[in-house]
Amino acid sequence: MNTIIFRTVAPYLTSLMVLFSIFVLLRGHNEPGGGFIGGLIAASAFAIYGIACGVQPVRRALYFHPMTLAGFGLFIAALAGFPSIIAEVPFLTGLWIFPKIGQVELALSTPLVFDIGVYFVVVGAITSIALALEERETN
Amino acid sequence: MAAAPHTPVDISGAMIEVPVAAHDWLIIAPVVLPILAGALLLMLRKNTGWQAVLANTVLGILLVCCAGLLDLVWNEGPQTMTMGRWLPPFGISFSVDLTGAILALTGSFVAFACGIYAANDIDQTRLRYGFYSFLMLMVAGVNGAFLTGDVFNLYVWFEVLLISSFGLIILGSERAQLDGALKYAFLNLIATTLFLIATGYLYGTFGTLNMADITRKISTMPDSGPVMTIAALYLFAFAMKAAAFPLNFWLPSSYHTPRLVVSALFAGLLTKVGIYALLRVMVMIFAAERAELAFIIAVIAAATMIFGVLGALAQSDIRRLMGFLVVSGIGSMLAGIALSGELGLSGTLFYAVHSMVVMAGLYLAAGIIVRTSGEHDMRKLGGHYSASPLFAAGFVVLALAVSGLPPFSGFWPKLMIVRGAIAGGAEWLAAAILLTGLLTSIAIVRVWAFAFWRGGPEGARDGAESWKLTPIAENAALPIHASFALLVVASLWLGLFPETLASAVLDAARGLANPDGYIGSVFGDVQ
Repeated sequence: MNTIIFRTVAPYLTSLMVLFSIFVLLRGHNEPGGGFIGGLIAASAFAIYGIACGVQPVRRALYFHPMTLAGFGLFIAALAGFPSIIAEVPFLTGLWIFPKIGQVELALSTPLVFDIGVYFVVVGAITSIALALEERETN
Repeated sequence: MAAAPHTPVDISGAMIEVPVAAHDWLIIAPVVLPILAGALLLMLRKNTGWQAVLANTVLGILLVCCAGLLDLVWNEGPQTMTMGRWLPPFGISFSVDLTGAILALTGSFVAFACGIYAANDIDQTRLRYGFYSFLMLMVAGVNGAFLTGDVFNLYVWFEVLLISSFGLIILGSERAQLDGALKYAFLNLIATTLFLIATGYLYGTFGTLNMADITRKISTMPDSGPVMTIAALYLFAFAMKAAAFPLNFWLPSSYHTPRLVVSALFAGLLTKVGIYALLRVMVMIFAAERAELAFIIAVIAAATMIFGVLGALAQSDIRRLMGFLVVSGIGSMLAGIALSGELGLSGTLFYAVHSMVVMAGLYLAAGIIVRTSGEHDMRKLGGHYSASPLFAAGFVVLALAVSGLPPFSGFWPKLMIVRGAIAGGAEWLAAAILLTGLLTSIAIVRVWAFAFWRGGPEGARDGAESWKLTPIAENAALPIHASFALLVVASLWLGLFPETLASAVLDAARGLANPDGYIGSVFGDVQ
């Protein structure tokens, strides 16, 4: 879709959507959201960028191949189960730490790592499919 | 939300409080290791030089883990780890008994041999499209199916291995491959959907998906009607996945299309997951329903082995012939499930181990034949005996094993199943197994006579000098032949020294018939 309005807006829209997807990912533990839905939002952001400006700019902007991102996600999601060894609890048990940075108490946990993994798997897989389909269309 | 961990809460009613010992991690390692490796290989897809080295190292470690797990289960009985610390049946349990541990070890062994073979067989393009990632994720799926103790989780592992196998079967995107993959995918998706529907009914009926929990609740069900329906649906779904007659045609029409090392992996791992699922669900959980359906299963078994081997006799393409032999072997395993009892079940398990090793070996042999002669039509083959007598000897071992002749590995499980059939009063089933053995030996000896024994292809004069095979390049020949030899030696060992496996499968069969130990490992022995 080669309209100037769309091409002008698309980069801003994409960056907003990626930002929003990270927000959705992080609020996901206690409220609606999470890795899967966040990943879908980010993937649709890249799809929109691809529709507006072509597939090549998206691939350049992502730097890594989408499938590599998916592999990375799977890797850290599986890795999120391993701190359980140290705590002597079964695989994939949720473990939490609450470090204080200044006045802010952060809640970090293995489910968060797992969710980030899911986020990358979804972003990678869906973006990979979307870009392949868009490429086919433009050729 | 941040205050929660500071208030003491009694969690003993919801969570496991016993610390997990280090060796318990062996339960989960055969699944997590290949997932990690598969993800890593996916990231390093462009570094084609590293793929085989990394994958085969992990497969080697996996083999050691599975051996450790088998040792643990054999000495200390079934083992359970419930994910996320939730008490079963709310958490998803991985429960390993001897059946699962034996099959996981055999599966990892076959995957290891195929991984070594593939290192010199898979080209750069296929590597870049993620051959080894698919392989690792398929192994994760297969091991997950063997080790899980939850019916829905079993479904998930079936999906994992199925999706990875779709990837493997279409690598290369040739026309025949897409054609084969379509049949394979379509039939398997129908089976998976039925599996899912049956699981939905199961959950609706029992309110639990934990296999041990269902097993102990099933005797208290007042109404056996719904349970029978669920059991019949499971039988249909798993038999379809295992390629049982009359739903077996997808296997011979798809297994010959990818690279032969991929076919070897499929023949070694995939259909046996169907057999394992039948053992776990039909024999352990729905024991009474299986007894009701026994005659139907026996008829299906006889039809599967006879039609399978007749198909093999009709083929002139060695790749398709092997596919029909896989189907025929499934029939023998189903016969053991139909008979049940110690002899039948241990025979099925022994046959599964034998078939995984031998069928993978035969496909690798076909791979070597195709590679050296460029042909897979038996009429155009010949001269492989004079090209390499050692390779020919290995082929003979596997050929006699698949026919079930003593003292090779196929003999012992057939002996157990035939004895079980005669003891159970099903002489016709015993006769079918023996007839299948005879026809199988004719089918495989045809390959021997055409591809190995005679001097050259059809029309070539005996001793003709013009017929030359292209030997495999020097640096590739050793690992390729070594991986083949690994399977041959394993088959020989099973045939000459069957006592170890025979006593293991007997224990495993007892565990399936009387799953108290399995239930105890999940819920603790008090209940």
